[in-house]
Amino acid sequence: MSDDLILRVVTKILIPFIVLFALYVQFHGEYGPGGGFQAGVVAAAAFVLYGLVNGLDALRRVAPESVVETMVGAGVLLYIAVGLAGIVLGGHYLDYSVLGGAPVDGQHRGIFWVELGVGITVSGVMLKVFYLFAGRRA
Amino acid sequence: MNQFGALSYAITVFLMVAGLYIVIARNNLIKTLVGLSIFQTAVYLLYIAPAKLPGGTAPVISAEFDAYSSPLPHVLILTAIVVGVATMALGLAIVVRIYEAYGTIEEDEILNRDREAR
Amino acid sequence: MTLSAHFPVLQVVVPLVSAPLAVLARRATAAYAIVMFASWIAFGLAIALTMQVRSEGVVSYPIGNWPPPWGIEYRIDALSSFVLLLVSAVAAVVLPYCRRSIEHEVPREQHYLFYSMFALCLAGLLGIAATGDAFNAFVFIEISALASYVLIALGRDRKALVASYQYLILGTIGATFFVIGIGMLYLMTGTLNLADMSERLAATSDLRPVLTAAAFITVGMSLKLALFPLHQWLPNAYTYAPSAVSAFIAATGTKVSIYVLMRFYFSVFGAGLVFELAVGEVLLVLSLAAMFIASAIAVVQSDFKKLLAYSSVAQVGYITLGLSLESVSGLTASIVHLVNHGMTKAGLFMLVGGAVLVTGGSGMDRLAGLRRTMPLTSFGIVLGGLGLIGIPGTAGFISKWQLVLAAMERQEWWLVFAIVASSLLAVAYVWRFVEVAYFREPSNPADRRREAPATMLVPAVMVIAASIYFGLDSSLTLGGAATAADFLLGTSR
Repeated sequence: MSDDLILRVVTKILIPFIVLFALYVQFHGEYGPGGGFQAGVVAAAAFVLYGLVNGLDALRRVAPESVVETMVGAGVLLYIAVGLAGIVLGGHYLDYSVLGGAPVDGQHRGIFWVELGVGITVSGVMLKVFYLFAGRRA
Repeated sequence: MNQFGALSYAITVFLMVAGLYIVIARNNLIKTLVGLSIFQTAVYLLYIAPAKLPGGTAPVISAEFDAYSSPLPHVLILTAIVVGVATMALGLAIVVRIYEAYGTIEEDEILNRDREAR
Repeated sequence: MTLSAHFPVLQVVVPLVSAPLAVLARRATAAYAIVMFASWIAFGLAIALTMQVRSEGVVSYPIGNWPPPWGIEYRIDALSSFVLLLVSAVAAVVLPYCRRSIEHEVPREQHYLFYSMFALCLAGLLGIAATGDAFNAFVFIEISALASYVLIALGRDRKALVASYQYLILGTIGATFFVIGIGMLYLMTGTLNLADMSERLAATSDLRPVLTAAAFITVGMSLKLALFPLHQWLPNAYTYAPSAVSAFIAATGTKVSIYVLMRFYFSVFGAGLVFELAVGEVLLVLSLAAMFIASAIAVVQSDFKKLLAYSSVAQVGYITLGLSLESVSGLTASIVHLVNHGMTKAGLFMLVGGAVLVTGGSGMDRLAGLRRTMPLTSFGIVLGGLGLIGIPGTAGFISKWQLVLAAMERQEWWLVFAIVASSLLAVAYVWRFVEVAYFREPSNPADRRREAPATMLVPAVMVIAASIYFGLDSSLTLGGAATAADFLLGTSR
């Protein structure tokens, strides 16, 4: 697909906006529809689009498989770390109120980091699934 | 229950039964997975449709409103959607491996090839 | 707050955190070490929780400090701690066994993924037993189910893929039926907390959605616990999975689903509501069918793992038979057989895995003359088989005796006769192994004596020895089961 000029130019213009939208959805999950899972899928979609147009090897240069696999584990660990931070700081597991000065600040912080963990894992998993399916010899 | 409530339940039941029928009646492995997906989608409807209270507003506390639509089923269904996506991904991965191992994705063909190989 | 107050949640979090750590570790040995230590810590936590429950009654832990019923609550009582002990003990014993066993069955570069999936399955099963929230139970059911589909698909034979796919379709339908039932309960009561739900159900007057919910939950869970005739996924899944996976899942998967059914029947719906629905009669008929038909099918199998799988379906029939008797002694029989059968099957599958490693397959012809090449393994399998039959001195006898006592309590002598008759069928299929292993010549008579590696043999022998020990001294198992049954029926409506 890399010989199709229109596809290449349009994806070059669109991909930054898709990534930006993914970040927007990620961080506005508390205020509107969104959150980690949706943002992760949109971000992965941007990378998958790049891979579809420019080829799997080009995508592997941009998002190496080892990095993607690390993202899968790192996001879950981030989530569990936030939960355990609640225990360490004197509250219960996944207790956000103890994470900040006032309980409301703690809630904001807790949800921010937890959703970030979810977003990292989900985008990693979606990309990894794409690599696995697209990388098989037909 | 007014007619819209009954309609949403009717659609839910129709989708559930349609999904189950596809799972039972179709031979092709991917069609079975699609039927499973339709069945799961019907369950999402079962949770979400009753969450909207007639006359209820968005669940943001405000002085003028006293009836709020429930946000809890939406959260539950987000979780269920993720579970459904994971199941689909796993099912499709297994189907790809089955195709590579057997050369076909029709259930009766697979049973035949196992029988011949024995 | 002291650390011991966090034990309910750490019971699930410790195996859960070992899964991504194993993925990040990438190397098989590191992943193996991480998951094995996590499972041993989980076993220690299960023992600690059982002590806590003995002294305090019910241990409740609100996640995120949101008080129940608004938040998710982990609720450990006598029955959950018993199931937690079973699951974590089986995992702690099977993991050292995994190392050599999967070397020959799973490609080396996938070992770290195998351990991570094992940890996820363990965390899911522990979570089902620990949680007090209905939807949380569904999430953990799906986590453990998805992980087990992956584990089963890693088998060597290509039939493992088909078995895993079948299990995926049927298991997902079962879990979806379960979530439909929970949805109806949520719509009727407005809460997802099991304890709160039970109180609110007592106050509802319109029973039809509640009965429908009970029906959906029954069918959904029956698919997962392989109640006859919804057992079709089980024989292929147990046969073609890697041996370590068969051992773990055979001992824990169906048992935890039975736990969920018990929890919903007695703690949420209430024994009165459920049993006036003729659930008792239906379970009785299906259990008897399982006991006889599955044992009969087991007798004619040509693959030993498949024989053990059909035997599992029959033994689950014994557990649901105790459940259908609707009495404290019946429930005690169910709970104690849950643990005893888990122990026995885990030991049997582990020993058979050792035989598969040495002889290269699990067909009956490969096991010919096994007493020459693997005398310890053959003897262990015979002991496990005696446990399946229910010979006095084995754990299986304790649970069958308790079941007979429960049947006699109801003056149903034909039931006693049925239990004894199906045990005779078990003699038939155990005799098949004895005949092949002890009375036939090995295919290669020059084979010297060669047991399975020590890391595989020792855990298997330990488990079989435990099943004999708990057959001779049943105070821990039977006492724990009686406490759990008393608690369950005592707090039921």
